[in-house]
Formats: sequence, C-alpha cells, structure tokens
Amino acid sequence: MKRGISFTQAFFTLLQRDLKIAIRHRGDIFNPLLFFIMVVTLFPLGIGPEPQMLARVAPGIIWVAALLASMLSLERLFKADFSDGSLEQMLLSPQPLAILVLAKVLAHWILTGVPLIIIAPLLAVLLNLDGNSYGALISTLALGTPVLSLLGAIGVALTVGLRKGGVLLSLLILPLYIPVLIFATSAIDAAGMNLPYDGQLAIIGAMLVGSLTLAPFAIGASLRVSTN
Amino acid sequence: MTNITKETTLVSASKLTCIREERILFDELSFDINAGDIVQIEGPNGAGKTSLLRILAGLSRPYAGQTFYINEDINRCRDEYNEDLLYLGHLAGVKCELTAEENLNFNLRIGGYDDFDTSEILAKVNLTGFEEALAGHLSAGQHRRTALSRLWHSNCKIWILDEPFTAIDKKGVEELEQLFIQHADNGGCVILTTHQDMGIITDDRLRKIRLDYRFI
Repeated sequence: MKRGISFTQAFFTLLQRDLKIAIRHRGDIFNPLLFFIMVVTLFPLGIGPEPQMLARVAPGIIWVAALLASMLSLERLFKADFSDGSLEQMLLSPQPLAILVLAKVLAHWILTGVPLIIIAPLLAVLLNLDGNSYGALISTLALGTPVLSLLGAIGVALTVGLRKGGVLLSLLILPLYIPVLIFATSAIDAAGMNLPYDGQLAIIGAMLVGSLTLAPFAIGASLRVSTN
Repeated sequence: MTNITKETTLVSASKLTCIREERILFDELSFDINAGDIVQIEGPNGAGKTSLLRILAGLSRPYAGQTFYINEDINRCRDEYNEDLLYLGHLAGVKCELTAEENLNFNLRIGGYDDFDTSEILAKVNLTGFEEALAGHLSAGQHRRTALSRLWHSNCKIWILDEPFTAIDKKGVEELEQLFIQHADNGGCVILTTHQDMGIITDDRLRKIRLDYRFI
C-alpha cells in the first residue's frame, strides 16, 4: 500500500468532492444568490425610482446585499461535515489541516462568491450605477468576496459545535466585514467620480493576501477547539 | 522508523482524567497498548467509552494526563500519529450525497493512499452492485459498511473503532473480527467499544479495560 498523495492532490480531491456535493444539492447554491437578487431589486421599489438617487446608493446596496448573502451561506460551510463525522476524519487526516480547510473555503467561494460577481453588473444596471463604476464594482467584488469567505469561515469554525450559533456568528464576523465594506464602496464611489481608486483596491488586495495566508491556520485551530 | 515487535507499546495513556458535565468519567487512568493487542473498552452507557476513544485519537483533550504514541506525546507528533491512526467514530463520516464508491475513494485519498481499486475493496464488504448507489439510499448496515470498507485498505498500525459492529449482520461481524485478528497478528493494535459478544476473538485474545459509571 502506497501513500503518495501530494498536498496539491489532497487539495483538489476535497475541492472536487465539495463541488460535487453542492451540485447534487442545488438549492444550496441558489438560496444566497436569490437573496442577493431579491434585496437589490426591492430597493428601487422601496426608495423610489429617481435615477440620481439610485446611482448614489447603488454601491452601498450591492455591497451590503453581497455581504449579507455571503453570511447567509456561511453556516453551511462546516455544518454538514460536522454532523456526519467527516470533519473528524479531516482533522485526523495526515494531510495538513490548513490545506484541507483552504480547499473547503475555496469551494464555498466558487459556489457563493463567483455567482454574485457574475450577477452584480446586471443588478447594477437596474440601480443605474454610473458607467465608470462597473470596473471598480467587479474588481472590488472579485477581491472582496474571498475575504468574506475566509474571515467568515473562522467564525463558522468557532461556532460549528453550538446548536444555535447563528446570532453569535453574525456578532463575531460582522465587525471583521466592515473594513471590506468601507473600502469597497469607497472605491466604487471614487470610480463614479472619475477619481483613481487603486489605493482602495490595494487595501482590499492586502486584506485578501493577509486572510489567505493566515485564515486557514486560524480556521484549523478553531475547528480543533470546536470538536473538543 | 522504529522496529515494531510484539512488545512495542504503540499507545499508552498516562493518568488520564476526563470530566464531562461536572461528572468525573475516569480519573488517573493509565494503560499501555502493545502491538498485537485487541482491546475492548467496556462499561455501561455514559461511562465515558467514547470520550476515552476521542482522547486517545487526539480529538478531545483530557482534563489532565497525556497520551503517548511510541513514547512521544501525541500533541507533539500529531502528523506521525495521524499517519498511523485510523479512527472511526460512531458518526460514520459517510456523505449521503455521494455514492459508496465516491465515499471510499475520497476517504482513502484524504488518508494519503493512491493505489487502490475501489470495486475490489467494496466487494470485500459485500457492496458489489451498490457502487453507484448514493450512500443516503443505502440501508443502515450498508451505510456502516461503506465507512468500514477503509479498514480493508489501511497500513495504519493503530485502529480506534467506536461501536464498529452497529447495524452489521452476524456474518459481517465475523468477517470484521477475522480482520481484527489478522491486523493484530501483523503488528497492529485494535481498540474498540462494543456491547455485542464477539465469537471469533476469544477471551484469551481480547484484553478488556473496564470503565464504571461513577456518580461523583
């Protein structure tokens, strides 16, 4: 019997498994996306259809909705694995936990973050977002949603053992989401006024790099605590 | 790599104390488990059998005491220990959305193996013909067999099995017992809990560690 699985192979094995499970459980992918679309489409009905007003609030609405949609989908990240025992097996696997956890978060982002990035420009049309801002909208979402998944996963890992962790989860991770929200909306606003916005993008990029390198270890440690 | 002989101590517990819900489950429990041992942890419900197994596997931390893997604290050699440990909890770790074959494939690959034939292994646990069935549609026994199938392709020395015989039929239990004996004869050890009587593993082969229900 040979044990020749490399870290990369282990990473893709888990990624593939999570995507396969999600595809067989399609409702899970569409729920957060549907929530995102509903929130954004309800705003023009609620605050009136004046184009200037909508254009002014568009970045905020899209980002707040994206943030809440991402939070809504988070709880699923480790719950199923925890309740059927697969999480224990992952903790006891000879592969480094950080790599396995990163694969799980990446799968989660592909399933919830990427659809948001694809649908957001369409919804921006609905909100009459300024023509210059589309590039900023897509790039902030592309850099920002992985940060949301990574930071959120730490909170989920800490609360996975609790029966009613939902409220605690939001309390834990919302403060961590606020910097992303501030810099993302400020970048989109700046783009709308034809100002450079690469400073804000660089900060979100830095947050992404920081969380990408550090969050997997924090998630792994939190999971060990939660399954204790 | 240390040479493993019959007398090598694979796992040893040193003064383990476990407290759950303000009740002491066991106190200063010490024992050695050698290569070739088949150990049954016995005791009534709530005596702390599962807690003990989880502590031995390194999933939970004891209130006090240490677990050693060949004379080294498992918290200090977690990677080596995990490589040599196969733990099956009473939650099977089988995904209902995946087929039996996909489950086995995933479990083995995440354990690091890359040379296996899933249909051959599934045949050994009598799941031929069910390879493509979703695990959620299988019966409880077949579900359990999907999890247990990993035992047939493992070079881990230490097997820690929490209630492995649950939902398994008589013939299946016999096959498992034979596998345990074979594993122990090859220098491994098996630590298990069960409430069933075993037929093939005789009392002189089986070592028992008894936990009692305590009220304090």
